[in-house]
Amino acid sequence: MSEVAITRTEWLQVCKRSDLVANSGVCALVGDRQVALFFLPDQEPQLYAIDNWDPIANAGVIGRGLVAEIDGELTVASPLYKQHYRLNDGQCLEEEDIKLDSFPIAFEGDDVLIKIDQ
Amino acid sequence: MVKQKIVVIGNGMVGHHFLEQLANRPERELFDVLVFCAEPRPAYDRVHLSEYFGGRTADDLAMGKVEQYREWGYDLRLNDAAVNIDRDNKVVTSASGASEAYDHLILATGSYPFVPPIPGHEHEKCFVYRTLEDLDKIQAAAKQGKVGVVVGGGLLGLEAANALKQLGLEAHVVEFAPGLMSVQLDEGGSKLLRDKIEELGVTVHTSTATELIEEVDGGRLRMNFKGDKSLDTDLIVFSAGIRPEDSLAKSAGIELGQRGGIVIDNQCRTSDKNIFAIGECALFNNFIYGLVAPGYTMARTAVSLLCGEAAEFNGADMSTKLKLLGVDVGSIGDAHGRAEGSAAITFVDEQTGVYKRMITDSEGKKLRGAVLVGDAADYDTLLQYHLNDMDLPEHPEQLILPALDGAAPTLGADALPDTATICSCHNVSKGDIVGAVQGGCCSVGEVKDCTKAATGCGGCAALLKNVVDTELAALGVEVNNDLCPHFPYTRQEIFHMVQVEEIKTFDELLHKHGSGKGCEICKPTAASIFASLWNDHILEKPHVGLQDTNDTFMANMQKNGTYSVVPRIAGGEITPEKLIVLGEVAKKYDLYTKITGGQRIDLFGARLEELPEIWRELTDAGFETGHAYGKSLRTVKSCVGSTWCRFGVQDSVGMALTVENRYKGLRSPHKIKMAVSGCTRECAEAQSKDIGVIATENGWNLYVCGNGGMRPRHADLFATDLDDVTLIKYIDRVLMFYVRTADKLQRTSVWLENLEGGLDYLREVVIEDKLGIGEELERQMGNVVGTYQCEWKTAINDPEMLKRFRQFVNTDEKDEKIVFVEERQQRRPATEEEIVKIAEPA
Repeated sequence: MSEVAITRTEWLQVCKRSDLVANSGVCALVGDRQVALFFLPDQEPQLYAIDNWDPIANAGVIGRGLVAEIDGELTVASPLYKQHYRLNDGQCLEEEDIKLDSFPIAFEGDDVLIKIDQ
Repeated sequence: MVKQKIVVIGNGMVGHHFLEQLANRPERELFDVLVFCAEPRPAYDRVHLSEYFGGRTADDLAMGKVEQYREWGYDLRLNDAAVNIDRDNKVVTSASGASEAYDHLILATGSYPFVPPIPGHEHEKCFVYRTLEDLDKIQAAAKQGKVGVVVGGGLLGLEAANALKQLGLEAHVVEFAPGLMSVQLDEGGSKLLRDKIEELGVTVHTSTATELIEEVDGGRLRMNFKGDKSLDTDLIVFSAGIRPEDSLAKSAGIELGQRGGIVIDNQCRTSDKNIFAIGECALFNNFIYGLVAPGYTMARTAVSLLCGEAAEFNGADMSTKLKLLGVDVGSIGDAHGRAEGSAAITFVDEQTGVYKRMITDSEGKKLRGAVLVGDAADYDTLLQYHLNDMDLPEHPEQLILPALDGAAPTLGADALPDTATICSCHNVSKGDIVGAVQGGCCSVGEVKDCTKAATGCGGCAALLKNVVDTELAALGVEVNNDLCPHFPYTRQEIFHMVQVEEIKTFDELLHKHGSGKGCEICKPTAASIFASLWNDHILEKPHVGLQDTNDTFMANMQKNGTYSVVPRIAGGEITPEKLIVLGEVAKKYDLYTKITGGQRIDLFGARLEELPEIWRELTDAGFETGHAYGKSLRTVKSCVGSTWCRFGVQDSVGMALTVENRYKGLRSPHKIKMAVSGCTRECAEAQSKDIGVIATENGWNLYVCGNGGMRPRHADLFATDLDDVTLIKYIDRVLMFYVRTADKLQRTSVWLENLEGGLDYLREVVIEDKLGIGEELERQMGNVVGTYQCEWKTAINDPEMLKRFRQFVNTDEKDEKIVFVEERQQRRPATEEEIVKIAEPA
């Protein structure tokens, strides 16, 4: 019989709805991890969370990028070298083998909750 | 399979080209390749050698990289010169003692500089100009001197003189012949070139023979000329021509020319059929080709033959175009008109310093040669007439005369035969380009990738574009000018819709005229148009998600995610008090401080969360935002003008302040730079700006649509001797017309070049008000001026706008991943290697 390792991941409250900026991104620190949070009130889902670290530019700047739709997919354009990262799963559209971590995120009332493996 | 072995001796540009061409062929697999290179590094770009003093490094100039050679599977032996060829046993021996057998030997040994045997030429302050090591030595000697002399007034000699000038020396050129560049230029062209070069501060001594070089007091050199004259100098550079490096071939008993050079046939083979010679060491038809393009052709010929294809080298055209000390020079074919029955047409404009001469046959039907000095814009067209032996137009003089109305008559791509060579560096014909376009290439970039045209010296880029565009049009390919996938309109059309329908938000614009959700192209474009028309604060809620990142944070993001802060210093004028404030703020936040080309001060390394505090301190001291982050007016550069300068004729600083304060905050399709000079000496460099103003005795001359940067363009003189009011009126109209009609991210220079009717049309719109919109343009500008606000001043008092200026929304911690190191007493971002080092415990 093999042991099954269970990683327990719980929803964490990361910030308030009022900390977000509509139609753009902000950044939060969860543990020692920088996470970019995007709030798009007119889209479904409204919230997206991906890693804030831009591995091409080597800087924590993804949360400061411009939200752009490319061929029907919502992305953020990195502010430094302009690669597009898909908001729902972090996939880089220009570089197939680059994918940012993405995290479940949701509102609970005025709280913004996020799930991250610690 | 037993591979054949190729040994290449010499790794200059031509040797490298041979290896590059071979590497890209399937036959590469048939050979083992070994390269002997006497220099410590692989091939580099000797054509642009003098740029080494202009800031390009050895790395920038490198053509062959060690890793690249490894990838190609070549055995590269650096720092190891071949010293012997045993032709009987087909073995090459090197200085380090290696013996390597060959099946095919390629001699690409190049040339060495000729040093005239003047007594004293061996002095340690006498140099040649050939390798990077030579340049290092010259640079070291220049540090201790004031004066430098180049012996030789040919093409390379003038390059060397430019280098001495760049090193801060007072430069002299000593030439034995009566004129400069006597091989390429006729007497008139040579004389004009001399005038222009002397204007630039280089002293030219022609018809001057040096008889003795001796050391005088303090280690300086004295050059004694024939006829009792002399010149004292700190160093001498010999650039009196090249001699083929043929000593190795000579000792191997290979046939040489009477005056040196390895004799080759039209297959580039030497007297030993297993040995090729290519480049400047080779002598074909008793001629050494001292340019890179013919050397490349020889290299390709040798590669083709080794790969079993038929190929011939039948000589090459020696036409050339270049910039010497900033002066455009072109020489085509028989520049001297030496052939019998030649006729000449000459155009000279002494005022602007332009000399153009065409040599035709006696009937004026064919172009045999040409000389262009001061303006080489006609070079491409003339060269095509010459190379393709095309019939000249009925009035051939029009090819070199300034156009009186409309654009100059350029040779349409249609007229060229398919065999016409467009790119001589890579031997790409018009037919090759047409083939690439027909094969699916839809842009100049794609054609460049596919054919390599215009990737050598780049001189044919304009002609290439012409051919590609013509071919695309012939195929009926529609050029798509849509802004982006979300808006099937040009920027100009969208501007018009926003204006007429008074659209105020992106959502409204997208809903009415677009589709999808918008992207990083249409969002900032819309934001810019809203700002040009309605001038709301860029961080107001409906606009905040539209801005490019730098606009969002009203600062310029640098490579490590920190920002630079650039306060406005209008006209470059600043009080000592404000200067101290900048220093104090920079000190407090530990910002790297640098003076910019636009006469202001950049403060680098501010963290996101520090920006509001920094700007609170700056605005409290009276500073405003400099809009360095925006597509908007940057700076108005100025000289001190008549207030201080003994030459100034108008108050250029005053005018610069007026202009900068009027147009600051104007959002435009791209950034805008301006300058005001107080006299015709033009110290503010106004002719390289989008809007340039130069003072005259009677008022102001207005220049428009200049550009520095990657593709410099001289501004065009738009109107002369304007009074203050008319000047501002014209600038209002030109700028607003640009803002309305330009494409996305189009600078004024490209805008004007694409404006149908060009400069004349712009004059008709602005000065004659042909479209009847003059007052409307002024009113629009008046609105922008009237609604100006310092974006930072507004933002620091608005908590909603400041929301995004937090590093983390859930904590006040700093971004630990931003790491600085100190260099020259200031901070800079740590490199990746430094970050790793810092993270590791020592």
